[in-house]
Amino acid sequence: MVKRLVVGAHYGIKDWLIQRITAAYMALYTVIFAFAALTLPAMTHEHWQALFSGRLMQLLTFLFFASLCYHAWIGVRDIWMDYIKPLGIRIALHVATALLLIGYLAWVARVLWRL
Amino acid sequence: MMQTQVKKRPKFLDLREIRLPLPGIVSILHRISGGGLFLFLPFLIYLFDLSLTSPETFATYQAIVGHWFVKLILLGLLWAYLHHFCAGIRFLLLDLHKGVELEPARQSARVVLMVSLALTVILGVWLW
Ligand code: HEM
Repeated sequence: MVKRLVVGAHYGIKDWLIQRITAAYMALYTVIFAFAALTLPAMTHEHWQALFSGRLMQLLTFLFFASLCYHAWIGVRDIWMDYIKPLGIRIALHVATALLLIGYLAWVARVLWRL
Repeated sequence: MMQTQVKKRPKFLDLREIRLPLPGIVSILHRISGGGLFLFLPFLIYLFDLSLTSPETFATYQAIVGHWFVKLILLGLLWAYLHHFCAGIRFLLLDLHKGVELEPARQSARVVLMVSLALTVILGVWLW
């Protein structure tokens, strides 16, 4: 007989769902960004900076990077879990990935709200 | 006496022998592109930072992305993003049970590969 400890099911469902919601938002933002960037009068610092100086664009862009970081956290963690078996190395990689992504997000926030 | 018979299953682990079906290719490229984008993320945010901060850093940004080798890397990342984007949308549709039968799944895999390559070429030529 297989002894299985039955505890609350659906681990991972939440992450699975978040990965998809963030993916949908990133896809939407990509279209908005591509349109905004391609219709820029000219690729100069002035126009480029103006694009990201609007409050709405700053919010949408920050949300994009926040989605990206959460999405990449789930995705990269899944990749480590598939290929890296030794527990110590795996945990170290998980921690490094999470810290890097949090750092990136803080970096983007600083870039955006310095404008 | 019980005889355990070791079945000779075909194992295709020889890289020269492996033939992934089209949806399998799309899938592994989705993982590779996602991982690649993650690895290059600091470089991309660095460029984003330079491009926005001041006219001087914008000039530095332009000098960096003007180099042919950097352009080549960015072209690769452009493909990675476009493939991940197109394949990602395909996966989202599959999750909604759209196009899960064999033929439509093969078709959409082909479309994903071709559309992301075509967009990479168009945008790449235009931006180079
Ligand atoms: C428009 C933007 C994006 C869309 C539509 C998208 C879509 C998706 C989807 C649907 C999955 C789940 C695939 C599965 O479970 O089989 C996924 C996985 C993943 N994504 Fe994205 N993604 C986007 C952007 C990004 C970006 C920018 C990165 C990296 C920085 C990224 C990294 C990953 C990684 C590492 C995985 C895990 C791959 C795997 O487990 O094989 N994604 N993406």
